[in-house]
Formats: sequence, C-alpha cells, structure tokens
Amino acid sequence: MEWEVVIGLEIHAQLSTTTKIFSGASTAFGAEPNTQACAVDLALPGTLPVFNENALRMAVMFGLAIDAEIGKRSVFDRKNYFYPDLPKGYQTTQLAEPIVGAGYVDIETDDGVSRRVRIHHAHLEEDAGKSLHEDFHGMSGIDLNRAGTPLVEIVSEPDMRSAKEAAAYARKIHAIVTTLGICDGNMAEGSMRCDCNVSIRPKGEEKLGTRTELKNINSFRFIEKAIEIEVERQIDLIEDGGRVVQETRLFDPDKGETRSMRSKEEANDYRYFPCPDLLPVEIDDSYIDAIRETLPELPDARRDRFIEQYGLSEYDAGVLSSYRAQADYYETVVQASKDAKLAANWVMGELARLLNQNDTDIKDSPVNADQLSGLLIRIKDDTISGKIAKQVFEVMWSEGGSADEIIEAKGLKQVTDTGAIEQIVDDVIANANAQVEQYKAAEPDKRGKMIGFFMGQVMKATQGKANPGAVNGILKKKLDALCD
Amino acid sequence: MFDKTLAELAKGLENGEFSSVELTQSYLDRIKAEDSKYNSYITVTEEQALAQAASADALRAAGNASAFTGLPIAHKDIFCTKGVKTSCGSKMLDNFVSPYDATVVEKFNAVGAVTLGKTNMDEFAMGSSNESSFYGPARNPWNTDCVPGGSSGGSAAAVAARLAPAATGTDTGGSIRQPAALCGITGLKPTYGRVSRFGMIAFASSLDQGGPMTRTAEDAAMMLNVMAGFDKNDSTSMERDVPDYTADLDKPLAGLKIGLPKEYFSDEMNPAIAAQVQDAIREYEKLGATTKEISLPNTHLAVPAYYIIAPAEASSNLSRFDGVRYGYRCESPVDLEDLYKRSRGEGFGAEVKRRIMVGTYALSEGFYDAYYRKAQQIRRLIQQDFANALLEVDVIMGPTTPHPAFRLGEKTSDPIAMYMEDIFTISLNLAGLPGMSIPCGSTEGLPVGLQIIGDYFSEQKLLNVAHQFQLNTDWHKQAPEGI
Repeated sequence: MEWEVVIGLEIHAQLSTTTKIFSGASTAFGAEPNTQACAVDLALPGTLPVFNENALRMAVMFGLAIDAEIGKRSVFDRKNYFYPDLPKGYQTTQLAEPIVGAGYVDIETDDGVSRRVRIHHAHLEEDAGKSLHEDFHGMSGIDLNRAGTPLVEIVSEPDMRSAKEAAAYARKIHAIVTTLGICDGNMAEGSMRCDCNVSIRPKGEEKLGTRTELKNINSFRFIEKAIEIEVERQIDLIEDGGRVVQETRLFDPDKGETRSMRSKEEANDYRYFPCPDLLPVEIDDSYIDAIRETLPELPDARRDRFIEQYGLSEYDAGVLSSYRAQADYYETVVQASKDAKLAANWVMGELARLLNQNDTDIKDSPVNADQLSGLLIRIKDDTISGKIAKQVFEVMWSEGGSADEIIEAKGLKQVTDTGAIEQIVDDVIANANAQVEQYKAAEPDKRGKMIGFFMGQVMKATQGKANPGAVNGILKKKLDALCD
Repeated sequence: MFDKTLAELAKGLENGEFSSVELTQSYLDRIKAEDSKYNSYITVTEEQALAQAASADALRAAGNASAFTGLPIAHKDIFCTKGVKTSCGSKMLDNFVSPYDATVVEKFNAVGAVTLGKTNMDEFAMGSSNESSFYGPARNPWNTDCVPGGSSGGSAAAVAARLAPAATGTDTGGSIRQPAALCGITGLKPTYGRVSRFGMIAFASSLDQGGPMTRTAEDAAMMLNVMAGFDKNDSTSMERDVPDYTADLDKPLAGLKIGLPKEYFSDEMNPAIAAQVQDAIREYEKLGATTKEISLPNTHLAVPAYYIIAPAEASSNLSRFDGVRYGYRCESPVDLEDLYKRSRGEGFGAEVKRRIMVGTYALSEGFYDAYYRKAQQIRRLIQQDFANALLEVDVIMGPTTPHPAFRLGEKTSDPIAMYMEDIFTISLNLAGLPGMSIPCGSTEGLPVGLQIIGDYFSEQKLLNVAHQFQLNTDWHKQAPEGI
C-alpha cells in the first residue's frame, strides 16, 4: 500500500525579552540555578503576575509576519497540572482567544517541493522551570530560572506531507523569528523547541490517521530524522496488522528510535479557565500599525531581492536569507567587495564550513564581514589566487588580522611579474626533457591537458604564488615554440 | 485609652497626650492579658511593633508625622508581612515566614503605622465562623460561646474586644462585613480593584478584596485613605485617583434615595434583625432620606454561583501549596506523588479540601459549561440587577446577615447552612460592588449589622452615609460586657 504522511508542528519560540512574561526577573540563559527566579516566579503566596508588554509586541510582530489576523482582544488562561518545575501548579497560557489567529508561511524543500503551510494560531505562554535528575546527590533538583520565560507557541495545521517539508517549515519559522529579532533561535539551548504530530493514511484517503506527538527534538536534522523513524514505525505497525495508539513519544537521537512517554488515557485534565489575575489584553489598530512600521525585511522578501538585485540562484538566495545575521553579514560583504557572486560563494562556502566545524554562530564569527571583504578584494585584484585565499582565510580565522597583513606577513602575494615567471618557466622546461619530448610528440589537441604537469612544477617552485593565468599563457607560448 | 477610636488616638498622638510607644505598649499588654479569651491573634509582633512605634515617635518629633503615624493596627494573617509568619490560618503555612510585604502592609508601614500582630482567620479565608482556622476559632467578644463570624473573625474580635483600634480584613463573599456585623463593628469591602491584592494570599482572585475593620466609619475612611490605590504589581487594581475618604463624611443626607430590596426582607429572616434594620432605615428617614422598594431578582442565585466560582478559582490558586518550595511538607515522601498527596492531604483542613474538590470538579472537562460558564452568566445577571437598581437609588440597604452570631459548632456539620449565612453579602463580590456593615441594633445581647451598598467606587458616599448614622446613634459605641 502507498502511504501518505501527515505532519503538523507545534513550535515553541522563547521571546527575546530581557525580563520574564509576568515578572521582572531576567531571562538570560546559563545563570546559576534559581538566581533568576523572583517571588513571582517562585509562586510565593500572595504574588501576582503583571504582563510584559514587550512579549505582546513580539507576538504581534510574528502575527504580522505570517499575515495573520491579530487578536484585538486576547485572554490568558490557566492550564492546571502538578509538576515540580511548574511553581504555581498551573501554566498561564492562551486557549480560546490567542494573540495571533490563522496565518501561513510558504516553504520550499531542497528537492524542489513548494507548499503553503497554514498556521492555525500562535499564542503566548510562560515556560516552566527545569527538573535536574542527574548529579544531584541522588535527588531531583529544580531550577526555576527558566520559569516564566515568555514563549510564543506556533501551531501549524497538519499540512506537511514529508519529513523534509516539516524541516523546511521549521527552518522558515526559525528564519522569521530570528529576522524579526524576537527569538535567538538557538535550538541547542532550547530557545526554539519543536513537537511534531505525525500520522499516516492510505494515499487518497481523506480521514486522518491516529497521530503520535514526538517530543525532545532540538535540531532541524532531528526533526527530519525523528519523523522518518516514526513514519517507518507506524507503517510497519499497520502493515503488521497493528494500530497506532494516540500518545506522546520521545525521540532518542542516540538510539535512533522513538519511544512511548505517555498515552492519551494518562493525559491530564488541565481544567483550563480564564486567569482571574490578568485582565483581557485589548489592542487597537493604531497599536498594530505602529508595530507593522517597525517590521524588518522578512526572509521571503529578502530572498526575492537577493535574486533580483544580486543575480543569485534561488537556492543561494534562500540559504542566505534564512538567517538574519547571515543575510546581514552577506550584504555587508557584497557592499564592500562589490562582488555578489564571490561573496555568496565565500559566505556559503569557506565561512559556513568553518562555522559549522566549530559550531559557531555567524554572529560570533572570528572573521567579521570587513575582514572577509578585504580578502575578496585581494582575490579580485589578482593579489592572491583563490587557493591562496583559502590559506589566508584559515589564518584569519585562527590568528586574526586583515587580508593584507596576512598576505604581507606570510609572503603570499601572487607573482604577476611576467619576467620572473618566464625565468621560472624556462628552468622548469630545461629540467623536464622527458615531458617536453612527450609534449612535442603529442597531437596538438592533446597538448592542452599535458600543460598541467608544467603548471604544477611552476606552482611548486613559486609555492603557489604565481598567477595561474599568466603562467598558463607563458608556458603555452614557450612549449609551442619548441614544437615548431 | 482602649475606648478611643483611631481618629481620637491620632489626636492624642498629635497633642502629645501619649507617645506611640506608650500606646503600642498598652495594647500589647492588653493583648497579653486578654486575648486568651478570644484567640483573636495568631502572632503578636511585640518587638517589631515597639520598634515601629519608636520610629513613629521619632518621625513625629522631627515634624514629619502624617495622620496615621504611630497608630497601632492589626493585619489579618492573609497579608504577607516581611520577616513575620504569614499562616493564612493554615497548617500548610504554619512555617512560612514571608520574605516580602503585601502592598497594603507596605502602605501602612510607609505612613508610620504600627503592626501589633496578625489576626486569626478561617483557613485560607474559607469560612463564615472562623472555625476552620488551624489555630482554633477566634471567639465573639459579645459571647465567647459564639463565633465572631469569618473569615476575618480574628480582626473583628480584636477590634470589638479593644485589642486593636482597627484591623485589616479581606472579603471574598462577606468576610469583612459578616464578622463586622456579628461583632458589632464597622467593616468596609471596597470596590473590586480599589485596594491592591498583591501580597494578599489569594482565595478567589476575582472576588477577593481587602478593606478596613474599625469601630467607626470615620476610622474606616482613615484606613482606606492608606489602603486604596493603583498598584503596578496587581493588574486588577484600578488606575484611578484616590479621593480623601474623610472629606465627605459630614455631608448632610437630605434627599438621599435608599433602595430596599424586597428579596432582602423575606419572611424567613430573623424577625429581630428585620426589626432592627427597619429602625435603622427610619433613622435615615429622619435624616432626610427617602426609601423605595427595589428588586434584585437574581439574589437567590448568588450563593450557588458563588460556590462554583470561588472554589474553582481556589482549586487553582491553592495548587502552589505542593510541599516543594515552602510550607508544609510531609515526612519522608517515597516519591513525587506521595509528596503531593500527603503534603496537601495533611497540610489542608477539611473545609479547604472540600472547596478544592468542588472547584476541581466544576472545572473538569465536560462539566465546565454546566457549572463554571453558567455561574459566570449568573454573575452578569447579578451585576445587571444592581446596575438597574442603582439607576433609581443612591444606596441600597438591608441586613448584613440573616442571623446574629451563632454558637460554635452549631453549623460545622452543615456546610450549606453555613454558606447561607453569606446570602446578603455574596452578591456584592460577584458584582464587584462596595459594601459596608455598621452596627444598627442588638438581639439577645448580640449585635446586628446594617449593610449599605453603593455603586462602583462610591466608597466616599458609603462612608458619608455610615458616618451620619453614627453621629445620630450609639450602636457603634457599645462594647461587649466587661470591656
């Protein structure tokens, strides 16, 4: 049987406010446990929440970016359940009247599928703390630093049809929230978390299959992997005569499996009701319009402009515009180097390679856009070859310095002086009688390939610094002269 | 000295008749000597009170005293007080020392008031008799076999027994007005949002409101001057100017239109109370007021709606008491579920558990529409009843309670009978309206309370109406025998 995969995503994005959604405590990551939890976060008796307007503003920005209806009136509800990292015994969230209504994003996968994914709604809520089960004297520890961090939960419709589409959707949301500057997008630190609802149905069937919810997915790659594994599990299960049970499953990247966390029967009755400590949030058109004015260029618009303005391929433009810091970096390099294509190759090539290798965000890149621009300028004016440029770049990455400083210090300047090159070429030819004889004996149309040997010898002699174009010309002229 | 009102004590301090330290010390001595009879205090903060009194005297000597500087008061043990046990009448918080002051407490501290201690109350403010307190019931100074009412029973008893000139209380369904009526004192529940709830341990957030419990309306005005106002820490407090509540006290009442809801004067009411309230109304007519019968047709729905909404909110508000971060924790829990079940099972008393269960049930999937949503609809009907009535009259009057103080233990086995004691007070909380109870008579040696209800933010009017009555009667001056 041919199966169709149906996927919907719930993405939690931590908003980059400096303080929490309902208290004045800091939201900075990585502090000592419980040093960023005030009386409100600890849910001391008598404390009350006060809504952080910055979180509202950021949620509205997101709503505008996905072309959604903004809730002029939104209401906070309490979701009641007991857990040690949930200090109040309820999570303050939005259920019936969220801040962001229905919207959509357009996605493209790298194998060329494009699709509009509808977003059901997005709502504001508070994050819980963390339970630390390891290395704590045999007990569980509770860290409430994260408790009360503002989240926007983005709930998609079940519109995705493959693991690749799900990952592309998550990347697009990531691109939007980072471009808006409302989330740092750091998935490893949990700033953006993703739950995937996965089901399968026979191709052509309208009715949705029973879904499972996958949790603990903290990278785009894992989204793809977890879904692929889960889809395979569901297909095997059904084809073996079993049935899928509605449940929450944990993705284990080490074992490459998903396993059951809790079934629907074990699920809590959350007893939602409107939070009486917070008034409904009411905003008007002028508030929304003022925020609209502040929106930066969004990833899709920027991608289209990159194609139009810089002549980039759709793929390159898509990659470069997917992350605001990267797109900004790229445009700085373009402006200084005046070569959009070269800049694209380097930002997506060498730079991306070293960033990945060192697990570094482009914002923290040891080579800044000005340094890279300096390097590209020296490639363009033939001071160095592309190959030497890679050496310079490596030095730049590990030791710092401008391109000119490194070229100077390491003596990497390209030899373009034809007199000097001619001298070296003469020496190479004089010391390669056998190869010269072969060259002379070869058919004229095969000789082009044979020049490579001499080229290599010249480059060896000049430590790669000779201008390859010049060397090629001189070699050809001198060797062909020998053949006459 | 113990018979003096706040206003009189303020004059005494101002005229140098006594210092705040002397005044405070004499109250502390009296509490020590007398409170075993009434159990009105859970904690007496002697050391802190004397230190505050000394600073108040210093402030006065430096010429920086305000109207309230040096006046001793007591706080209901529902208000968080920094460095002092804040138990909320519960075993659950018997070990809880608050690291911060409630906004109300902070405001009194800021004007140089002195805190004598923390008064007894029904556990988590759930009760109408003070019998659900972990610390044993406070007793009615008019008859110590009787309850003082609740949940602010300790505050009412302390003021009636002259163990504090005034106290703070909180009112979720009548918890200021009912004990004020039963103990023969003056109590004011302000408009919802007038007084900050920050640091006031939540029972039912949409109904809770703090207010003064005093001997006179004038004193209540002085207290409210300190307590009222917007608080950025409480989103439900109203951003609205605070008038001087003492300014209008002396306005004549000629032309005042009083509404008398026929639902509040039914045949089932205690006839003695009905008669006393009628007498009080006649007194108002003598002062130039006119009366008119009005109808609040949904009154009978108030108690049932309240006993859905209040427990529903309470079931969620009390979830934080889980034995994890503070408060009572059971001995040697074997796992998380055991920790929760035993900490809450052992830490909460019966009435609190009953309400948590009722509230949890009312919010459960499949029951929400039938209970919680329906109750909220009734709430709007009740609001509308009052809005319609207040188009025709300036204030509404009636009895505060259907009966005078009852005997300890009389209603503990019949929760419904206990809940019906709040029938006249509860609808104001549902509507968010302000209301006062003032002494207006006595039956079988027990006080009777008159309830005065006004429109939103009409506290000035209520205080004026109450004060004029007190200028012309002396029910508020009567003291229990032996006091």
